[in-house]
Amino acid sequence: MMDDGAAKPTHAFRIETAGRASRAAAAAACVILLVLVLLPAFAGRNLIQDLIFLFYMLALAQCWNLLAGYAGLISVGQQAFVGLGGYLLFALALLGGINPLLAIPIAGLVSAVFALPTALIVFRLRGAYFAIGTWVVAEVYRLVFAQFKALGGGTGTSLAPSVTSAVPGIEWVKTLLDVRTPAARDIISYWVALALMAGTLVLVYLILRSRRGLALGAIRDHEAAAAGLGVDIYRIKLAVYVVTAAVTGMVGALIYLQKARISPDAAFSVLDWTAYVIFIVIIGGIGTMEGPVIGAIIYYLMQRYLADFGAWYLILLGTLGILVMLFAPRGLWGLVTERYDLTFFPTRRQLIIHPHDANRT
Amino acid sequence: MTGWLDALIQGVLLGGLYALFAAGLSLMFGVMRLVNLAHGDLIVLAAFAILLLAGKLGLDPFVAALVAIPILFVVGLALQHVLLNRTLGRDLLPPLLVTFGLSIIIQNGLLQIFSADSQRLRSGAIETASIALGGGIAVGVVPLLTLLSTIAVILFLNLVFYRTPIGRAFRATSDDLEVSQLMGIDHRRIFAMAMGLAFVVITIAALYLGMRANFDPTIGPARLLYAFEAVIIGGLGSFWGTLAGGIVLGLAQTIGARIDPEWQILSGHLAFLVVLVLRPRGLFPRALD
Repeated sequence: MMDDGAAKPTHAFRIETAGRASRAAAAAACVILLVLVLLPAFAGRNLIQDLIFLFYMLALAQCWNLLAGYAGLISVGQQAFVGLGGYLLFALALLGGINPLLAIPIAGLVSAVFALPTALIVFRLRGAYFAIGTWVVAEVYRLVFAQFKALGGGTGTSLAPSVTSAVPGIEWVKTLLDVRTPAARDIISYWVALALMAGTLVLVYLILRSRRGLALGAIRDHEAAAAGLGVDIYRIKLAVYVVTAAVTGMVGALIYLQKARISPDAAFSVLDWTAYVIFIVIIGGIGTMEGPVIGAIIYYLMQRYLADFGAWYLILLGTLGILVMLFAPRGLWGLVTERYDLTFFPTRRQLIIHPHDANRT
Repeated sequence: MTGWLDALIQGVLLGGLYALFAAGLSLMFGVMRLVNLAHGDLIVLAAFAILLLAGKLGLDPFVAALVAIPILFVVGLALQHVLLNRTLGRDLLPPLLVTFGLSIIIQNGLLQIFSADSQRLRSGAIETASIALGGGIAVGVVPLLTLLSTIAVILFLNLVFYRTPIGRAFRATSDDLEVSQLMGIDHRRIFAMAMGLAFVVITIAALYLGMRANFDPTIGPARLLYAFEAVIIGGLGSFWGTLAGGIVLGLAQTIGARIDPEWQILSGHLAFLVVLVLRPRGLFPRALD
């Protein structure tokens, strides 16, 4: 440390993360959040359901982005934790009689507990092999849950209406907004999805802003160099894997509370819970927080207007993903930042030098 | 007792098929360090190609496969040249995600052309023929042919790798890409040749996939996982190791199925995870990665 009085530099400087655009974005985010919270008062049920879908896909995409975009953990097996969360919700609510809303955080916690031994095994595989290893693990989860006869075995089971109606707050929403029970249930799910999505954004942002985030950025840019600078790669990767598993598990629990029907093939689907999520992150821009937001909106629009084309729609998604990977590997957000120095989730530290104003240190 | 002995023999024979799936994957990884997530779907694609040729030209599947081999060799060459060579580099993400996208495209393309119906390569009496070994145990001719073909493929690949100029180039690019380029090797051409060769192996694997059981456009990813498990169990860098890995996987599956038919696939995966915990570099490791 330098002495306070000694050798005061002529240039004062400070480290800044937020820029003008990001301060405006933070204010806008607060307004948007408020509007979204109040939305059920004047939006139709279809829009609410669409937004639930958009929110949980965005939460999943942020998790995968943190894994693959920052920690270098390219997982093709995140469906393991979506399915696990969903099945935990069913087990807790159907067999344990636990309030479904309380079951969501418990599912997240248990997913984290499951993620730890899972990580100890799959972390033995490096790089591309890790990807297929996580896929094998997700298959193991699927086959194991297909064995639980109490939860419907291979064909799956449904949540009884008595359980889905037991979600607290339904009566309150019904009288407040004057809607029927199914609509009130959607509105509760909507708020939970909004909370999970916003919570995930805040969590990922705080992680990236912290000291660990600095280490994660270093791993993203050059893993060997980061290790050389004293970053404990294994520990930080393990932490990211477990945290994203917890969030993914909670999202999975919410998805299957909303669907009210679960089966091993759907809950552990690599297409629904990993391929689409990867598509969102790649199209939007991997390794940034803005990318998945853009990607999720694009994916939502494509899903809404093109999903009826079935196989052709999937062929289009695959082709688009490949083209973006080859010709714009930093995604749409990357194309934007190439032209404009713009950031809405500032995680980069910038050195600001004031040549004549030495007192503002 | 006979039941268990039978399970062991069937397990070894099934392992031959898995090793055949794995040989192509092993070859791609060995030469260009490519982990191909579309490998299973490419095997299914080749099976449909054989089915189409056999149907249109009225050929026996074995002959149709012979016709398919040069066609798919060129397809593989072109795939590497046009698409996969662009993904090479230090970054892991492009090859993984491009092959993942390819996997989705192939699955849905096949679904669109051939529908989701189960198909099978029909070859008359040989399909059901078996050789009695006495004691109530018999081995099917097709499973036996599969294992023998796997051994022949491995012998052939080793011959190519260690006895030919192109094999020397394969090994050189695999050992040190930059130095091999300095020595005047055009690695893009070498990689395209290796992919063409891998497609030949894929076509042979597809022939036995379609002869032994039903297939449809969606079964690719599971074949990828079996192939991958065989490679990792055996240890990277040796085709014989891959054969051993395939046999371990086949044995685990048939023994699991013997205990409870629902456990067949699960016990294969669990055997893989156990090997990963106890011997992370596989049972017979040779290459470092």
